Amino acid sequence: MLIALKLKLAVAAGLLAAPVAMHSLAPATIASDTEFAEIAPAAFGYRMAGDFSRGGRPVEGPQSTIRLSENLRIMKHQVTVAEYSRCIEAGACPKIAIADHRPDLPMVGVSWHDADAYAAWISKAAGVTYRLPTDQEWTFAAAESVKDEIAPLIDPSDPAQAWIARYEAEAARAASVVLAPQPVGTFGRNSNGLLDVGGNVWEWTQSCFVRAALDAETVRVTNRNCGVRVVEGAHRTYMTDFIRDTRTGGCAAGVPPANLGFRLVVVSGFSGMRAVISNLFGRPGRS
Amino acid sequence: MITRRTALMGAAIAALLATAPALADDLKLPRQRVDLIAPPFVHSHEQATKEGPKIIEFKLTVQEKEVVIDDAGTKMWVMTYNGSMPGPMMVLHEGDYMELTLVNPETNTMPHNIDLHAATGGLGGGALTKVNPGEQAVLRWKATRPGVFIYHCAPEGMIPWHVVSGMHGTVMVLPRDGLKDADSKPLHYDKIFYIGENDLYVPREENGKYKTYDSLAESYSDTTEVMRKLIPSHVVFEGRVGSLTGKNALTAKVGETVMIVHSQANRDTRPHLIGGHGDYVWEAGKFNNPPQKDLETWFVRGGSAGAALYTFREPGVYAYVNHNLIEAVELGATAHIKVEGKWNEDLMKQVSPPGPIPPDRLGAAEPDSAVVIR
Repeated sequence: MLIALKLKLAVAAGLLAAPVAMHSLAPATIASDTEFAEIAPAAFGYRMAGDFSRGGRPVEGPQSTIRLSENLRIMKHQVTVAEYSRCIEAGACPKIAIADHRPDLPMVGVSWHDADAYAAWISKAAGVTYRLPTDQEWTFAAAESVKDEIAPLIDPSDPAQAWIARYEAEAARAASVVLAPQPVGTFGRNSNGLLDVGGNVWEWTQSCFVRAALDAETVRVTNRNCGVRVVEGAHRTYMTDFIRDTRTGGCAAGVPPANLGFRLVVVSGFSGMRAVISNLFGRPGRS
Repeated sequence: MITRRTALMGAAIAALLATAPALADDLKLPRQRVDLIAPPFVHSHEQATKEGPKIIEFKLTVQEKEVVIDDAGTKMWVMTYNGSMPGPMMVLHEGDYMELTLVNPETNTMPHNIDLHAATGGLGGGALTKVNPGEQAVLRWKATRPGVFIYHCAPEGMIPWHVVSGMHGTVMVLPRDGLKDADSKPLHYDKIFYIGENDLYVPREENGKYKTYDSLAESYSDTTEVMRKLIPSHVVFEGRVGSLTGKNALTAKVGETVMIVHSQANRDTRPHLIGGHGDYVWEAGKFNNPPQKDLETWFVRGGSAGAALYTFREPGVYAYVNHNLIEAVELGATAHIKVEGKWNEDLMKQVSPPGPIPPDRLGAAEPDSAVVIR
C-alpha cells in the first residue's frame, strides 16, 4: 500500500508537496501494490534484435508485423529503490550500492542477474510468476516510445565508412542526458500507461543476443549468446549480463545507457508459459 | 571597483610597460608576440625556420575555478594557466628567447609561479616568477635544447597540489632546421595534437559520492589526503573524461602525418594508438636524440613530455589511450581520432565475417542447433 501511495505522489510531483505518512509497515505483497498495464494483443511492427547477414553481407534486422498470443501484463513503472530494497533486506537480491535512497527513484545499477533474482523473489513472495519482458513484449508495450534506429551497415570492402558513420550517430546522441536517476514519472507516460519509457534508465529484457543469416524465406539463427541480453530504452543495445554500470573508453565508442534498470511482466499460468516458450528470442533458462 | 585612482595607476603601469622592451635592448633581436590556444590544438608555427633568433612573447594568465571533470558532473576546483588544463603549448625554436608574462589576477586566491623544464637556472624560472593575486612577472629565458618539455607551477610546500590541480603545460623547442630522423632526413607533420594527461584526486564522501567544496582552499586538505594514497580518482586527457571523444573526437585523413605530443607532469604513462603505431617516436621528447621507429607503445615519464609522428594509412576510428587500460577505460584516459579516407584491403581485410565454426572443427556447435524461423 505504501509503495503505491508513494508512487502516486511521485507522479504528481510538484502538485502534492504533502509528506507521505509513515504508517506501520506491514510487509505487504508487492503484487498488490504495483501498478500494471494490461495490454490486449494487437499487431505491431517489430525489428528483430541481433546481427544479421544476407549472402555474407551485413544487413539490417528484418522488420515484420507480429502479434503477442495473449494479453501482456507489464509493470507501469520501473522497479523502484523501495521495491528492490525489500528484496535485499530479504536476503534474496545482491546488495548493490544505492547512491540515493529516495524510495520513488528507479532502482539502477542492476545487472541482468540482479533483475532475474528480483523476479524470482517477487514471484515467490507474490505467488505469481514474474519475469523480464522479452524484447518483443517490451517493444509492444513501449509503443510510440520505440525508436527504430538502423545503424549504418558495414561494407566489408570498406568497413571504415560505416564505422565512422556509426560513431558520429552515437556521438550525436550524447546531448541533454541527465545522468542521475529521476523520480518515477519524470519522463512521462506513454499510450499504454507505461511510465518513463526511453528516459534515462535502460531496461533489461529476457532476449538473448543472436546472430542470424537471412535468405528469401527464413531467418537462420547461427549463434545465440545468452550471456549478452538485449537492453531497451532511448536506443536499443546489447549488454553483457553481469554488467551493472556501463562505460565507454578504450576502443568503445559512443554513448552507453546512462543507467541499467528493469520492469517485469506477469506470466499468467500455463498459457503464459506457453507464450514464453513460443517466443524464440526470449527463451528463459538458457545461459 | 575601478576608481579614478586605480584607473590612473593602470595608466601609469601601461606607460611603464610601453617602455619595458628597453630592458631587452641589449639583445637587439626582433620580437614576435604569440597568441596561445588551448589543447589539443597548438598555435601556428614554422616547423623549420630560415629566420634568425627572436624574442617570442607569450602571456599566461592564471585562473582558479571550479570545473566539471566527467559526464556524471563531478566537480573539482582547479588552477590553470589560461583556463585550460593542461595549459597551452608554447612553441619556439632553438636559440630563440621566450619572454613570458605570468599574470595572477586579483580575483585569484593563491600565489603561483612557473617552472619551465626547458629553461636553465632559477629553478626553471620558479624562483623569479612567484606572483601573488594582483601581480604579474616577466621572465626571459633562452631555448638552448630542442624538445618537448613540461612547465608547471611550483609554489613552496604545495607543488604537487598545484600540479595535479591543473597547473602544467608544455613548451616545444624545435630545431631551427626542423625535425629529423636518425639519418638526418627531414621529418614534417601536417597536423599537431597536444594531449595533456591529468591524474586527478577527487575526495569522496563516506557513501562514495564525490565531495564538493565552496572554495579552492577548502578542498586542499582532503585532496592532499587522497593524493598521498597515490591512486587517482580520474586519469584523463585535457582535464576531463570525454574531452577528446564523441563530438570532441580529433580528425585526420589517410596520408596525413600527425605529430602527437603527450605530456604528463606528475605520473608515468604509456601512450598507444589502437590500430596504429608510432612511426617516429621521441619517447623522452628531446629532438637531439634520434627518434625510435615503429613503436607500439611508448613510455612517457612523469614530469616529461614525449612526441610521436604517425602517418595514417587506414581510415576508421582510432583510440589513442594510456595503455594502462584500467586508466583508459575505467578512469578516462581515452581520445578518439576519426580518420577519413579509402580502405586499404592489402593492409587489412575481413576474409570471413563472424559465423558458425565449420561442423567438423573443434568448438563447433551441435548439428541442427541453428534455429530456423518462418
